[in-house]
Amino acid sequence: MSSAHVDHTHGTLPHEPEKATHEGRNKILGFWLFLGGESVLFGTLFATFLALRNQTNEGPTAHELFNMGMTAAATFILLTSSLTSVFAIQAMHRHKLKQLVAWLGITVVLGLGFLGLEIYEFAEYVHKEHFGMTTSAFSSSFYTLVGFHGAHVLFGILWISLLIAQLFKKGLTVVTAPKIYVSAIYWHFIDVVWVFIFTVVYLLGKVG
Amino acid sequence: MAHAHSVKHHKGLMDWLTTVDHKKIAILYLVAGGLFFGIGGIEAMLIRIQLWKPLNNFVSAQTFNELITMHGTTMIFLGVMPIIFALMNAVLPLQLGARDVAFPFLNALGFWTFFFGGLLLNLSWIMGGAPDAGWTAYTPLASKAFSPTHGVDFYTIGIQIAGLGTLIGGINFLATVITMRAPGMSFMRMPMFTWASFITSAIILFAFPAITVGLVLLSFDRLLGANFFEVAAGGNPILWQHIFWIFGHPEVYILILPAFGIISDVIPTFARKRLFGYSSMVFATILIAFLGFMVWAHHMFTIGMGPVANALFSISTMLIAVPTGIKIFNWLFTMWGGQIRFTTANLFASAFVPTFVMGGVTGVMLASAPADYQFHDTYFVVAHFHYVIVGGLVLGLFSGLFYWWPKMFGRLLNETLGKWTFWTFVIGFQLTFFIQHFLGLMGMQRRIFTYLPNQDFDTMNLVSTIGALLMAVGVIIFFVNIVITMSKPKGVANDPWEDGRTLEWTIPSPPPEYNFKQIPLVRGLDAYWKEKQAGNTEMTPSEPVGSIHMPSASILPFVMSVGLFIAGLGFMFSRDEFSNSFLAGIFNNYVVVIIGLLITFICMLLRSVFDDHGWHIEPEELEEEGVKA
Ligand code: HEM
Ligand SMILES: [Cu+2]
Repeated sequence: MSSAHVDHTHGTLPHEPEKATHEGRNKILGFWLFLGGESVLFGTLFATFLALRNQTNEGPTAHELFNMGMTAAATFILLTSSLTSVFAIQAMHRHKLKQLVAWLGITVVLGLGFLGLEIYEFAEYVHKEHFGMTTSAFSSSFYTLVGFHGAHVLFGILWISLLIAQLFKKGLTVVTAPKIYVSAIYWHFIDVVWVFIFTVVYLLGKVG
Repeated sequence: MAHAHSVKHHKGLMDWLTTVDHKKIAILYLVAGGLFFGIGGIEAMLIRIQLWKPLNNFVSAQTFNELITMHGTTMIFLGVMPIIFALMNAVLPLQLGARDVAFPFLNALGFWTFFFGGLLLNLSWIMGGAPDAGWTAYTPLASKAFSPTHGVDFYTIGIQIAGLGTLIGGINFLATVITMRAPGMSFMRMPMFTWASFITSAIILFAFPAITVGLVLLSFDRLLGANFFEVAAGGNPILWQHIFWIFGHPEVYILILPAFGIISDVIPTFARKRLFGYSSMVFATILIAFLGFMVWAHHMFTIGMGPVANALFSISTMLIAVPTGIKIFNWLFTMWGGQIRFTTANLFASAFVPTFVMGGVTGVMLASAPADYQFHDTYFVVAHFHYVIVGGLVLGLFSGLFYWWPKMFGRLLNETLGKWTFWTFVIGFQLTFFIQHFLGLMGMQRRIFTYLPNQDFDTMNLVSTIGALLMAVGVIIFFVNIVITMSKPKGVANDPWEDGRTLEWTIPSPPPEYNFKQIPLVRGLDAYWKEKQAGNTEMTPSEPVGSIHMPSASILPFVMSVGLFIAGLGFMFSRDEFSNSFLAGIFNNYVVVIIGLLITFICMLLRSVFDDHGWHIEPEELEEEGVKA
């Protein structure tokens, strides 16, 4: 809102185009704050899961259900997608639009791969193991926690795809750059949440 | 300036539906919050009428339960919180020396989601029965087995949508304070109301997501057959209590800290002295917010957490009395030796101090776990929380409304009527709630719809009801005052109280759309007072007069909230049986949910795709307005 802002919309981009305008910096700050709230959200879901994870109501237990091979693959895919989104931001800082779009595209594809595995996993549980939302307190808390994360991944995929489309239309500007940047922060955040899910839900479920 | 855009200026209703101006959003919050406060107040009156004599049958037991639930829920989420947000919106950017909030669009979105959430909750009255499990919605009472109607669904979904709005508002104010301060406005020069709003917003950010999850779990239990709180399937009802109060206790600080902030601005103005112990005030506010997250289980002493947990939560709760005490003494020392003017605003502020102390003292009593076994779920608790909420927050809000009304609307509220409101409301308040301490100690339980005669409850309940009616009179006089005031022409000065200390009093009342023609340079705490002391009549500007960039109005926040509203209704009725096959088709297959969510997401998409370039007010226009003013 400053009345004397320098107009970067046209002309040369600065090194960190996402922080060039007041609006851009505000957006990044606001997004970090939002992630603070998201942390409490997932924290509460984790606490719920930990409180209920042994309440299997004679349904399947974590130990019987989980297939570590597939989960490890999913983890690997999602972690890689975090790396590719870092590459995307680096390309953005070098003002390489094509590379930026390519890395974002790869991130989306990896996200889709992760989501596909998750949907497959859920479908297996529901149809083969008779493990649905209503089976037990464990099942409810499992689907809610992991499902919330999955919904976040889905949202991220749609969002980043939309941003790719905008990059084609508008190019890399001080308006599009902050959007790319916050979507990357978001993507890392859901990645970190997944690391916790992998440990608390899957690893702990297998050993404990 | 680079881009000259054609500007759409909406008029009338469209202006209000599309506005992103924090001053107009403040008025929207005030009107909607006032409306819900009125509804909650009527519910309170009905409760008190039912209880005025033993074995009364004015309302049925079921209706009574719905009344207390809706009264508590409405008052907290839809009444006082929006009025707090109204004052924050009206005042905070001005006190910072800013032209707007950090995210004007989100500001509007926050209002509309709150509004449609509140609307959804209140629709329950005409759509099959209101929620009846208390504003705390404890399971298993709130579970499908014991609350089979849709009442509790209206609660979970309505509060969910409204809570989203609150969260958005909190993030917006945090970012505003961090990035939008005028040159020279360091953190330790911010007015106390701004400080309080800042800390309140931080509490909102960290407390509201917990209730978001709680409400999700409860609605999944009720609507999808999940088992979070179903003991038979391994669930745990105590989990709900923990989640609810992890949010719930910080929530009471969300309510009271802004009132602390208001009082801390009003008292120095009318004592014509600077606030005593400014930095200790800031420190105490932060400490209260921090400790506020560590005490939630004091609401659960009687569920059997064991002596160690009870002792710890007891002690942490009592600790909060220390920073609170600091504040009380600071207010007293500010008044001490001041040239006090008892305007209505200052009367309310002064009355706040002793009443709030009383609420605090009963709070410490309740914090003593062994004694709480006696007090728990009696009228003693009802008396306690009304002392802090009504005697604290509501008096604070009245004070703030009388104080900032001229800034918001350009007219002073009538002082004579104001004093009538003050005396009727405060006397009514003491009559209503003082006596409830004794009712509680004598054993009258909370949330009972009637009681037997000859237990010595009768007279006290009658007194309490009379007090409540007197409070209603006070509120009605306030309303009359508003109507009379608003029918008069605008025209108060920039600084109608003449002793204004902070930046909002340096600009016209009401302020122009862009607030400050030139962003001021802040040279100390109580920026305006400092200039007055130096013999200046206005602030030194920090920039030359220039073109001012403004955000564009947008209907999207409104439509997005409508989308959420539709999706919420769709989700609630998704498992119902409909005789009409069309309705069955769209509800049971989640078509309504999907349509609602699509509306919301398409709006998000539009917002992302079409850049908001805003528009500019050029210096010549500023001059013109200056001439007119
Ligand atoms: C206008 C004056 C008011 C009167 C006469 C009044 C009266 C009452 C009464 C009689 C109850 C029921 C107690 C019971 O049986 O458990 C109650 C409950 C409650 N009130 Fe008020 N009230 C007033 C204002 C407020 C305000 C301004 C707030 C909040 C900002 C508030 C918050 C609550 C809450 C949270 C409950 C508990 C509801 C529950 O048990 O679930 N009240 N009030
Ligand atoms: Cu508490």
